[in-house]
Amino acid sequence: MSIRKAVALISGGLDSMLAAKVILDQGVQVEGLNFYTGFCHSGHTSAIRSSQRNKEKRNDALWVAEQLGIKLHIIDSVEEYKDVLTNPQFGYGKNLNPCLDCKVFMVKKAKQWMDENGFDFIITGEVIGQRPKSQRKINMPLVSQRSGADDRLLRPLCAKNLPISLPEREGWVNREKLFDFKGRDRNPQFELAEQLGIESYAQPAGGCCVLTDENYSRKLADMWQNRGEKKYELDDIILLKVGRHLRPRPHFKMIIGRDEGENKFLEGYRKRFQHFRITSHTGPLILIEGKLLDDDLNFAARIAARFSAGRLADEVTVTLTSLQGETLQLQVNPLPVAEIQQGWYL
Amino acid sequence: MSYEVIDARGLLCPLPVIKAQNKAKQLQPGDTLEIICTDPGAQHDIPAWCRIHGHKVIEIQQDEESDDFSVIVEI
Repeated sequence: MSIRKAVALISGGLDSMLAAKVILDQGVQVEGLNFYTGFCHSGHTSAIRSSQRNKEKRNDALWVAEQLGIKLHIIDSVEEYKDVLTNPQFGYGKNLNPCLDCKVFMVKKAKQWMDENGFDFIITGEVIGQRPKSQRKINMPLVSQRSGADDRLLRPLCAKNLPISLPEREGWVNREKLFDFKGRDRNPQFELAEQLGIESYAQPAGGCCVLTDENYSRKLADMWQNRGEKKYELDDIILLKVGRHLRPRPHFKMIIGRDEGENKFLEGYRKRFQHFRITSHTGPLILIEGKLLDDDLNFAARIAARFSAGRLADEVTVTLTSLQGETLQLQVNPLPVAEIQQGWYL
Repeated sequence: MSYEVIDARGLLCPLPVIKAQNKAKQLQPGDTLEIICTDPGAQHDIPAWCRIHGHKVIEIQQDEESDDFSVIVEI
Protein backbone atom coordinates (compact mmCIF):
# COMPACT_ATOMS: atom_id res chain seq x y z
CA MET A 1 0.00 0.00 0.00
CA SER A 2 1.38 3.41 -0.94
CA ILE A 3 1.96 5.94 1.83
CA ARG A 4 -1.01 8.27 2.20
CA LYS A 5 -0.44 12.00 2.27
CA ALA A 6 -2.21 14.54 4.48
CA VAL A 7 -2.06 18.30 4.41
CA ALA A 8 -2.28 19.84 7.88
CA LEU A 9 -3.46 23.35 8.71
CA ILE A 10 -0.69 24.65 10.97
CA SER A 11 -1.45 27.80 12.95
CA GLY A 12 1.62 27.65 15.14
CA GLY A 13 -0.44 26.79 18.22
CA LEU A 14 -0.63 23.55 20.16
CA ASP A 15 -3.81 21.96 18.78
CA SER A 16 -2.79 21.91 15.13
CA MET A 17 0.66 20.70 16.18
CA LEU A 18 -0.87 17.79 18.10
CA ALA A 19 -3.23 16.90 15.25
CA ALA A 20 -0.35 16.74 12.79
CA LYS A 21 1.83 14.75 15.19
CA VAL A 22 -0.91 12.19 15.86
CA ILE A 23 -1.32 11.54 12.12
CA LEU A 24 2.43 11.54 11.47
CA ASP A 25 2.78 8.87 14.14
CA GLN A 26 0.34 6.70 12.19
CA GLY A 27 2.80 6.57 9.30
CA VAL A 28 1.06 9.16 7.11
CA GLN A 29 3.19 11.69 5.18
CA VAL A 30 2.20 15.14 6.42
CA GLU A 31 2.99 18.59 5.06
CA GLY A 32 1.74 21.82 6.63
CA LEU A 33 -0.09 24.85 5.28
CA ASN A 34 -0.13 28.19 7.02
CA PHE A 35 -2.19 31.14 5.82
CA TYR A 36 -0.88 34.69 6.03
CA THR A 37 -3.79 37.11 6.28
CA GLY A 38 -2.02 40.05 7.95
CA PHE A 39 -3.93 39.53 11.18
CA CYS A 40 -1.46 37.30 13.00
CA HIS A 41 -0.46 39.00 16.21
CA SER A 42 2.95 37.76 17.18
CA GLY A 43 5.25 38.26 14.23
CA HIS A 44 4.75 41.92 13.46
CA THR A 45 4.49 43.29 16.95
CA SER A 46 7.62 41.54 18.16
CA ALA A 47 9.43 42.87 15.10
CA ILE A 48 8.26 46.42 15.73
CA ARG A 49 8.16 47.12 19.46
CA SER A 50 11.41 47.86 21.26
CA SER A 51 10.09 46.35 24.48
CA GLN A 52 9.82 43.01 22.71
CA ARG A 53 13.22 43.21 21.04
CA ASN A 54 14.62 40.54 23.34
CA LYS A 55 11.82 38.13 22.55
CA GLU A 56 12.69 35.36 20.18
CA LYS A 57 11.51 36.51 16.75
CA ARG A 58 10.33 33.18 15.57
CA ASN A 59 7.47 32.37 13.27
CA ASP A 60 5.47 29.86 15.28
CA ALA A 61 4.19 27.91 12.29
CA LEU A 62 7.73 27.45 10.92
CA TRP A 63 8.90 26.49 14.38
CA VAL A 64 6.14 23.87 14.74
CA ALA A 65 6.96 22.43 11.32
CA GLU A 66 10.60 22.14 12.26
CA GLN A 67 9.75 20.41 15.53
CA LEU A 68 7.57 17.93 13.67
CA GLY A 69 10.05 17.48 10.83
CA ILE A 70 7.51 18.38 8.14
CA LYS A 71 7.53 20.83 5.27
CA LEU A 72 5.48 24.00 5.67
CA HIS A 73 4.02 26.08 2.88
CA ILE A 74 2.96 29.62 3.76
CA ILE A 75 0.16 30.90 1.59
CA ASP A 76 -0.17 34.63 1.01
CA SER A 77 -3.91 35.09 1.49
CA VAL A 78 -3.97 38.84 2.10
CA GLU A 79 -6.03 39.74 -0.97
CA GLU A 80 -8.49 36.86 -0.84
CA TYR A 81 -9.00 37.31 2.88
CA LYS A 82 -10.44 40.79 2.40
CA ASP A 83 -13.73 39.35 1.25
CA VAL A 84 -13.79 36.88 4.16
CA LEU A 85 -13.41 39.69 6.66
CA THR A 86 -15.53 42.39 5.09
CA ASN A 87 -18.38 40.18 3.95
CA PRO A 88 -18.64 37.18 6.28
CA GLN A 89 -21.54 34.96 5.39
CA PHE A 90 -21.81 33.65 8.94
CA GLY A 91 -21.14 36.97 10.65
CA TYR A 92 -18.63 37.95 13.30
CA GLY A 93 -17.87 36.52 16.71
CA LYS A 94 -17.58 38.61 19.85
CA ASN A 95 -15.32 41.07 18.03
CA LEU A 96 -14.57 41.41 14.30
CA ASN A 97 -13.47 37.78 14.10
CA PRO A 98 -15.20 35.98 11.23
CA CYS A 99 -14.11 32.61 12.65
CA LEU A 100 -16.51 30.34 10.83
CA ASP A 101 -16.00 31.97 7.42
CA CYS A 102 -12.26 31.95 8.12
CA LYS A 103 -12.24 28.22 8.82
CA VAL A 104 -14.28 27.49 5.69
CA PHE A 105 -11.89 29.67 3.68
CA MET A 106 -8.77 27.93 4.97
CA VAL A 107 -10.10 24.41 4.56
CA LYS A 108 -11.30 25.31 1.06
CA LYS A 109 -7.81 26.58 0.18
CA ALA A 110 -6.32 23.44 1.71
CA LYS A 111 -8.66 21.31 -0.44
CA GLN A 112 -7.46 23.16 -3.52
CA TRP A 113 -3.83 22.65 -2.48
CA MET A 114 -4.52 18.97 -1.76
CA ASP A 115 -5.95 18.44 -5.24
CA GLU A 116 -3.11 20.30 -6.96
CA ASN A 117 -0.41 18.42 -5.08
CA GLY A 118 -1.82 14.90 -5.07
CA PHE A 119 -2.55 14.67 -1.34
CA ASP A 120 -5.30 12.47 0.10
CA PHE A 121 -6.87 14.31 2.99
CA ILE A 122 -6.81 17.40 5.23
CA ILE A 123 -6.26 17.57 8.97
CA THR A 124 -7.01 20.38 11.39
CA GLY A 125 -6.55 20.83 15.13
CA GLU A 126 -10.21 21.64 15.69
CA VAL A 127 -11.82 20.50 18.94
CA ILE A 128 -15.58 20.52 19.40
CA GLY A 129 -16.57 23.37 21.69
CA GLN A 130 -13.07 24.85 21.87
CA ARG A 131 -14.08 28.04 20.11
CA PRO A 132 -17.52 29.53 20.65
CA LYS A 133 -18.38 29.92 16.97
CA SER A 134 -16.26 28.03 14.49
CA GLN A 135 -15.78 24.89 16.54
CA ARG A 136 -19.35 24.25 17.68
CA LYS A 137 -20.45 20.71 16.91
CA ILE A 138 -23.26 21.98 14.71
CA ASN A 139 -20.74 23.86 12.56
CA MET A 140 -18.28 21.00 12.05
CA PRO A 141 -20.20 19.44 9.12
CA LEU A 142 -20.82 22.93 7.75
CA VAL A 143 -17.07 23.55 7.42
CA SER A 144 -16.63 20.16 5.70
CA GLN A 145 -19.43 20.85 3.25
CA ARG A 146 -18.87 24.52 2.47
CA SER A 147 -15.15 24.00 1.94
CA GLY A 148 -15.77 21.10 -0.44
CA ALA A 149 -13.48 18.90 1.65
CA ASP A 150 -16.42 16.74 2.79
CA ASP A 151 -15.25 13.47 4.32
CA ARG A 152 -11.63 14.15 3.40
CA LEU A 153 -11.47 16.52 6.36
CA LEU A 154 -10.24 14.78 9.50
CA ARG A 155 -10.06 16.35 12.96
CA PRO A 156 -7.81 13.92 14.86
CA LEU A 157 -8.35 15.53 18.27
CA CYS A 158 -12.13 15.10 18.25
CA ALA A 159 -12.68 12.52 15.49
CA LYS A 160 -14.37 10.06 17.83
CA ASN A 161 -17.13 12.59 18.45
CA LEU A 162 -17.79 13.01 14.74
CA PRO A 163 -19.02 10.83 11.88
CA ILE A 164 -16.36 8.59 10.39
CA SER A 165 -14.26 10.26 7.72
CA LEU A 166 -12.81 8.80 4.53
CA PRO A 167 -9.26 8.32 5.90
CA GLU A 168 -10.70 6.37 8.82
CA ARG A 169 -13.10 4.34 6.66
CA GLU A 170 -10.37 3.42 4.21
CA GLY A 171 -7.98 2.44 6.98
CA TRP A 172 -5.46 5.16 6.08
CA VAL A 173 -5.58 6.08 9.75
CA ASN A 174 -6.70 4.07 12.75
CA ARG A 175 -9.78 5.71 14.32
CA GLU A 176 -9.08 3.92 17.58
CA LYS A 177 -5.88 5.93 17.95
CA LEU A 178 -7.68 9.25 17.48
CA PHE A 179 -9.29 11.32 20.25
CA ASP A 180 -12.61 12.54 21.60
CA PHE A 181 -11.65 15.91 23.03
CA LYS A 182 -14.38 18.48 23.50
CA GLY A 183 -15.00 21.73 25.32
CA ARG A 184 -12.75 24.53 26.44
CA ASP A 185 -10.77 22.50 28.97
CA ARG A 186 -7.26 22.32 27.54
CA ASN A 187 -5.88 19.78 29.97
CA PRO A 188 -6.43 16.86 27.53
CA GLN A 189 -4.25 18.69 25.00
CA PHE A 190 -1.57 19.39 27.61
CA GLU A 191 -1.59 15.72 28.67
CA LEU A 192 -1.36 14.54 25.07
CA ALA A 193 1.52 16.94 24.44
CA GLU A 194 3.35 15.39 27.38
CA GLN A 195 2.65 11.87 26.14
CA LEU A 196 3.97 12.77 22.71
CA GLY A 197 7.09 14.37 24.15
CA ILE A 198 6.12 17.90 23.09
CA GLU A 199 7.57 20.11 25.79
CA SER A 200 7.36 23.55 24.22
CA TYR A 201 4.54 25.15 22.31
CA ALA A 202 3.19 28.58 21.45
CA GLN A 203 0.10 30.55 22.34
CA PRO A 204 -3.25 29.05 23.30
CA ALA A 205 -5.66 28.15 20.51
CA GLY A 206 -7.04 31.20 18.71
CA GLY A 207 -4.64 33.51 20.53
CA CYS A 208 -2.71 34.54 17.46
CA CYS A 209 -5.46 36.35 15.56
CA VAL A 210 -5.76 40.05 16.38
CA LEU A 211 -9.37 40.04 15.18
CA THR A 212 -10.35 38.26 18.40
CA ASP A 213 -8.85 41.19 20.31
CA GLU A 214 -11.36 43.80 21.46
CA ASN A 215 -8.95 46.73 21.18
CA TYR A 216 -7.82 45.84 17.70
CA SER A 217 -11.38 45.28 16.51
CA ARG A 218 -12.39 48.68 17.87
CA LYS A 219 -9.63 50.37 15.86
CA LEU A 220 -10.62 48.48 12.73
CA ALA A 221 -14.30 49.36 13.19
CA ASP A 222 -13.33 53.03 13.69
CA MET A 223 -11.30 52.97 10.47
CA TRP A 224 -14.17 51.54 8.46
CA GLN A 225 -16.68 53.93 9.98
CA ASN A 226 -14.56 56.96 9.20
CA ARG A 227 -13.83 55.87 5.68
CA GLY A 228 -17.48 55.12 5.09
CA GLU A 229 -16.73 51.68 3.68
CA LYS A 230 -15.40 48.33 4.82
CA LYS A 231 -12.18 48.27 2.85
CA TYR A 232 -8.53 47.95 3.81
CA GLU A 233 -5.05 47.43 2.49
CA LEU A 234 -2.31 45.44 4.21
CA ASP A 235 -0.57 48.61 5.43
CA ASP A 236 -3.80 49.77 7.08
CA ILE A 237 -4.22 46.65 9.17
CA ILE A 238 -0.55 46.56 10.14
CA LEU A 239 -0.65 50.22 11.22
CA LEU A 240 -3.59 49.36 13.51
CA LYS A 241 -1.14 47.21 15.48
CA VAL A 242 1.36 50.02 15.93
CA GLY A 243 1.29 52.94 18.35
CA ARG A 244 -1.41 54.72 20.31
CA HIS A 245 -4.39 55.65 18.18
CA LEU A 246 -6.29 58.78 19.22
CA ARG A 247 -9.23 60.34 17.42
CA PRO A 248 -9.69 63.80 18.99
CA ARG A 249 -11.99 64.95 16.18
CA PRO A 250 -14.11 62.87 13.83
CA HIS A 251 -12.11 63.92 10.76
CA PHE A 252 -8.61 63.04 11.93
CA LYS A 253 -6.76 60.37 13.87
CA MET A 254 -3.28 60.55 15.42
CA ILE A 255 -0.99 57.50 15.42
CA ILE A 256 1.64 58.03 18.10
CA GLY A 257 4.73 55.83 18.38
CA ARG A 258 5.16 54.38 21.86
CA ASP A 259 8.85 53.56 21.74
CA GLU A 260 11.91 53.70 19.54
CA GLY A 261 10.94 50.58 17.62
CA GLU A 262 7.50 51.91 16.75
CA ASN A 263 8.84 55.35 15.84
CA LYS A 264 11.32 53.73 13.52
CA PHE A 265 8.58 51.64 11.96
CA LEU A 266 6.29 54.67 11.52
CA GLU A 267 9.16 56.52 9.81
CA GLY A 268 8.63 54.18 6.87
CA TYR A 269 5.10 55.59 6.44
CA ARG A 270 5.79 59.29 7.01
CA LYS A 271 5.72 60.28 3.34
CA ARG A 272 2.18 58.98 3.03
CA PHE A 273 0.82 61.02 5.95
CA GLN A 274 0.84 64.51 7.35
CA HIS A 275 3.01 64.11 10.44
CA PHE A 276 4.24 65.87 13.53
CA ARG A 277 7.71 65.83 15.00
CA ILE A 278 8.62 67.39 18.32
CA THR A 279 11.63 69.55 17.52
CA SER A 280 12.40 71.24 20.86
CA HIS A 281 12.33 68.06 22.93
CA THR A 282 12.58 64.33 22.36
CA GLY A 283 9.27 62.86 21.33
CA PRO A 284 7.46 60.46 19.08
CA LEU A 285 6.73 60.63 15.40
CA ILE A 286 3.00 61.20 15.00
CA LEU A 287 1.15 60.33 11.81
CA ILE A 288 -2.13 62.06 11.01
CA GLU A 289 -4.74 60.01 9.23
CA GLY A 290 -7.44 62.21 7.75
CA LYS A 291 -7.00 65.92 7.19
CA LEU A 292 -6.10 68.60 9.69
CA LEU A 293 -8.08 71.79 9.10
CA ASP A 294 -6.52 75.16 9.91
CA ASP A 295 -8.57 75.30 13.11
CA ASP A 296 -7.14 71.95 14.21
CA LEU A 297 -3.44 72.75 13.86
CA ASN A 298 -2.82 74.27 17.26
CA PHE A 299 -5.05 71.79 19.04
CA ALA A 300 -3.42 68.73 17.41
CA ALA A 301 0.06 70.13 18.01
CA ARG A 302 -0.76 70.59 21.70
CA ILE A 303 -1.80 66.93 21.88
CA ALA A 304 1.41 65.91 20.09
CA ALA A 305 3.46 67.94 22.59
CA ARG A 306 1.69 66.17 25.43
CA PHE A 307 3.30 62.89 24.34
CA SER A 308 6.83 64.35 24.24
CA ALA A 309 9.50 64.81 26.88
CA GLY A 310 8.36 68.46 27.00
CA ARG A 311 4.89 67.60 28.29
CA LEU A 312 5.39 69.72 31.41
CA ALA A 313 7.20 72.59 29.65
CA ASP A 314 5.58 75.95 29.03
CA GLU A 315 6.33 75.82 25.34
CA VAL A 316 7.18 73.04 22.92
CA THR A 317 8.10 73.37 19.26
CA VAL A 318 6.21 71.00 17.00
CA THR A 319 6.86 70.70 13.28
CA LEU A 320 4.09 69.66 10.94
CA THR A 321 5.10 68.22 7.58
CA SER A 322 2.52 68.12 4.82
CA LEU A 323 2.10 65.40 2.20
CA GLN A 324 4.01 67.67 -0.18
CA GLY A 325 6.92 67.92 2.27
CA GLU A 326 6.23 71.51 3.33
CA THR A 327 6.92 72.20 6.99
CA LEU A 328 5.21 74.45 9.50
CA GLN A 329 6.62 75.18 12.94
CA LEU A 330 4.23 75.67 15.83
CA GLN A 331 5.07 76.84 19.34
CA VAL A 332 2.49 75.37 21.67
CA ASN A 333 1.68 74.80 25.30
CA PRO A 334 1.23 71.01 25.78
CA LEU A 335 -2.35 70.01 26.45
CA PRO A 336 -2.76 69.24 30.18
CA VAL A 337 -3.28 65.57 30.87
CA ALA A 338 -6.74 66.25 32.29
CA GLU A 339 -7.83 67.56 28.89
CA ILE A 340 -6.82 64.39 27.02
CA GLN A 341 -10.17 62.65 26.89
CA GLN A 342 -10.26 58.90 27.37
CA GLY A 343 -12.84 58.71 24.62
CA TRP A 344 -10.21 59.82 22.11
CA TYR A 345 -8.25 56.61 22.64
CA LEU A 346 -9.22 53.88 20.19
CA MET B 1 23.59 27.67 -11.83
CA SER B 2 21.61 30.87 -11.60
CA TYR B 3 21.81 33.66 -9.02
CA GLU B 4 18.51 35.36 -8.26
CA VAL B 5 17.86 38.38 -6.04
CA ILE B 6 14.60 39.23 -4.29
CA ASP B 7 13.96 42.64 -2.75
CA ALA B 8 11.95 42.10 0.44
CA ARG B 9 12.90 45.40 2.08
CA GLY B 10 10.09 46.99 4.06
CA LEU B 11 8.20 43.72 4.25
CA LEU B 12 7.35 42.23 7.61
CA CYS B 13 7.63 38.53 8.31
CA PRO B 14 6.47 36.16 7.02
CA LEU B 15 6.30 38.03 3.68
CA PRO B 16 10.06 37.70 2.98
CA VAL B 17 9.74 33.94 3.55
CA ILE B 18 6.71 33.76 1.24
CA LYS B 19 8.63 35.63 -1.47
CA ALA B 20 11.61 33.29 -1.07
CA GLN B 21 9.38 30.22 -1.06
CA ASN B 22 7.56 31.27 -4.22
CA LYS B 23 10.80 32.12 -6.03
CA ALA B 24 12.43 28.87 -4.95
CA LYS B 25 9.74 26.93 -6.83
CA GLN B 26 11.17 28.32 -10.08
CA LEU B 27 14.79 27.46 -9.21
CA GLN B 28 16.85 24.29 -9.46
CA PRO B 29 18.91 22.60 -6.74
CA GLY B 30 22.28 24.34 -6.58
CA ASP B 31 20.90 27.73 -7.66
CA THR B 32 21.50 30.68 -5.34
CA LEU B 33 18.83 33.01 -3.99
CA GLU B 34 19.63 36.30 -2.26
CA ILE B 35 16.81 37.85 -0.24
CA ILE B 36 17.37 41.50 0.77
CA CYS B 37 15.40 42.24 3.95
CA THR B 38 14.89 44.82 6.66
CA ASP B 39 12.70 42.94 9.17
CA PRO B 40 15.04 41.41 11.78
CA GLY B 41 12.61 38.49 12.07
CA ALA B 42 13.72 37.32 8.63
CA GLN B 43 17.15 36.45 10.06
CA HIS B 44 15.38 33.71 12.00
CA ASP B 45 12.51 32.81 9.70
CA ILE B 46 14.42 32.34 6.45
CA PRO B 47 16.97 29.97 8.03
CA ALA B 48 14.07 28.06 9.66
CA TRP B 49 12.35 27.79 6.28
CA CYS B 50 15.66 26.57 4.78
CA ARG B 51 16.09 23.88 7.43
CA ILE B 52 12.55 22.61 6.82
CA HIS B 53 12.91 22.46 3.06
CA GLY B 54 16.51 21.29 2.83
CA HIS B 55 17.99 24.54 1.51
CA LYS B 56 21.29 25.89 2.84
CA VAL B 57 21.97 29.36 4.22
CA ILE B 58 25.35 30.34 2.82
CA GLU B 59 25.62 33.58 4.76
CA ILE B 60 23.80 36.60 6.14
CA GLN B 61 25.42 39.89 5.05
CA GLN B 62 24.62 43.06 7.00
CA ASP B 63 24.76 46.32 5.05
CA GLU B 64 27.09 48.68 6.90
CA GLU B 65 25.20 51.85 6.08
CA SER B 66 21.60 50.81 6.58
CA ASP B 67 19.35 48.26 8.26
CA ASP B 68 19.33 46.17 5.09
CA PHE B 69 20.73 42.68 5.22
CA SER B 70 20.90 39.88 2.70
CA VAL B 71 20.23 36.23 3.38
CA ILE B 72 22.00 34.16 0.75
CA VAL B 73 20.57 30.70 0.23
CA GLU B 74 21.63 27.72 -1.83
CA ILE B 75 18.53 25.94 -3.11
